[in-house]
Amino acid sequence: MSETVISVRNLTKRFGDFTAVNNISFDVYQGEIFGFLGANGAGKTTAMRMLCGLSYPTSGSGTVAGFNVMREGEMIKRHIGYMSQRFSLYNTLTVGENIKLFAGIYGLSKQVTAKRSDELLARLKFSSERNTLVKALPLGWKQKLAFAIAGIHRPEIIFLDEPTGGVDPVTRRQFWEMIYEAAEGGTTIFVTTHYMDEAEYCSRVSIMVDGEVRALDTPTRLKQQFNAGSMDEVFRMLARDAQRGE
Amino acid sequence: MRPFIVLLNKEFIKLRRDSFLPKLIVILPIALMLIAPLLVRMDVRNVNVAVVDLDHSTTSHRIVSHIKASEYLSLIGATAEFDLAMKGLEEGTIDIIVQIPDHFERDMAVSTPEKISIIANAVNATKGSMGTQYVVQTIAHALVEFGNEKSPNQLSEVVTVQNRYNPTLNYPHYMIPALMIIIFILVCGFLPALSIVEEKEVGTIEQINVSPVNRFDFTLSKLIPYWVIGFFALIVAMVIAHFVYGLIPAGSVWVIFLGTTLFILTISGFSLTMANFSNTMQQIMFVMFFFIMIFILMSGLLTPIDSMPDWAQTFTLLLPPRYFTDILRSVYLRGTTIAELWQNFVALGSFAIIFNILAAVTYKKQA
Repeated sequence: MSETVISVRNLTKRFGDFTAVNNISFDVYQGEIFGFLGANGAGKTTAMRMLCGLSYPTSGSGTVAGFNVMREGEMIKRHIGYMSQRFSLYNTLTVGENIKLFAGIYGLSKQVTAKRSDELLARLKFSSERNTLVKALPLGWKQKLAFAIAGIHRPEIIFLDEPTGGVDPVTRRQFWEMIYEAAEGGTTIFVTTHYMDEAEYCSRVSIMVDGEVRALDTPTRLKQQFNAGSMDEVFRMLARDAQRGE
Repeated sequence: MRPFIVLLNKEFIKLRRDSFLPKLIVILPIALMLIAPLLVRMDVRNVNVAVVDLDHSTTSHRIVSHIKASEYLSLIGATAEFDLAMKGLEEGTIDIIVQIPDHFERDMAVSTPEKISIIANAVNATKGSMGTQYVVQTIAHALVEFGNEKSPNQLSEVVTVQNRYNPTLNYPHYMIPALMIIIFILVCGFLPALSIVEEKEVGTIEQINVSPVNRFDFTLSKLIPYWVIGFFALIVAMVIAHFVYGLIPAGSVWVIFLGTTLFILTISGFSLTMANFSNTMQQIMFVMFFFIMIFILMSGLLTPIDSMPDWAQTFTLLLPPRYFTDILRSVYLRGTTIAELWQNFVALGSFAIIFNILAAVTYKKQA
């Protein structure tokens, strides 16, 4: 396997008495599509927020893109892209203005921004929508745009938090094609999802139950291990024992 | 520098695209300045005065004619019968009775005369006390004028006229600086807080927090548009004050600008701090409304701080608008210089530093 880009050991996050993430450890390698699965409330988002430098771990250690999650949150932020489940582009800005804004936030110069912005729009076949307000776009388009913008500064890792929630199957398919393209280009993708067909597309999958990682392997081997026909069955076998509901 | 520029640009675009805010920003100062000074008046007109003149001297006649000429007082009658006047007071047709004692003029020339008594119906406390003040001033004017004619400097040393700095007791003039402050509180206090909490609600702030944006860049980009708007509002208000109410700052315009700058910094720092602790629009609106009520009621904007109970007067020392009210009013109406107001400037400057440090410290990109 290639170089490790995320390495986590015994990472824990407590909110008062509640342990949202309990002692998780795993590694993610460069160029992987790492599926991060779990039922609602299993602690996926909390774990992901710690990796992105949005939340301090209570204990444990970890590095993301070579930086410490405890102390170097701001350095991590320079090297990752992030797209959250809540739609996160500015609705009252146009497509072009959003691209310019996020490129500028990562310190890209005007020239580089202009070049990448043209490329990005051409790739998405969005060139005619440059001056459309984002709020006028259909949800699926917005998600594709948000993903493309999350990679505008060519980050080493892109975190996707339920990126395809509420998106139609065709657009979902296109979205995954974009993910594959990015991964082939060497970008590591860390993605949470509730769609088990999407889990099948991942290089490796981890399944969280009650704040702990209960399974971690390639989809094929997980299915063998649990003697299941699909990832959906694997997930249900694990999630059945969950103590924490929605 | 580049992240800051794109963030600032984003704020201006958002503001421009908003369907409501740009209109509000233009209409608010104009409407407040045009309408409020005419409605919010604490001065009292048409105070009905009856004079019971037992003296029947030149002096007493002069007092009567002064009362008759006053813009605020209406002379109901001059009579020699106190009971008749008292009956009017009880019936409510008379607000104030002025009784000039017998031999007032003669005694005044030689020694201390028996005092003129003023009896006011104070059921309407404002009308009673303000009316009494007007009457006292009117009488004082009459006496000073009379005294000056007879022997200069004799009486003017004894009787001083109050209301030196707002000689006509023009209430709009008194109100205008207060309204300007209310506008700053709304535009530079309320709006940036709403803008930040809105980003929290929509979720876009998460996208900012996960990026390497410096929190000072982000915060400053939120504030600058409202600072610009605040100054725009100040200039609109000053122009209206000049052309509509004939009020020109008696002191330096630069002192006004300096005070405004410090106040805008203070109030926007305060609003950011509050925004950092609020997660929903309801929360921030309620919190800001609470503080704005306190600011407006307790900073001497509408009612003088001197007439508050002692504990409340001490409490006002903690309210930044209190210092700015003092600055703006005294520079505008009295022409006070910055040297005389240094304590207010130091207080306001300290608040500006404290609140902005608090705002920066309480804004957390990582929780």
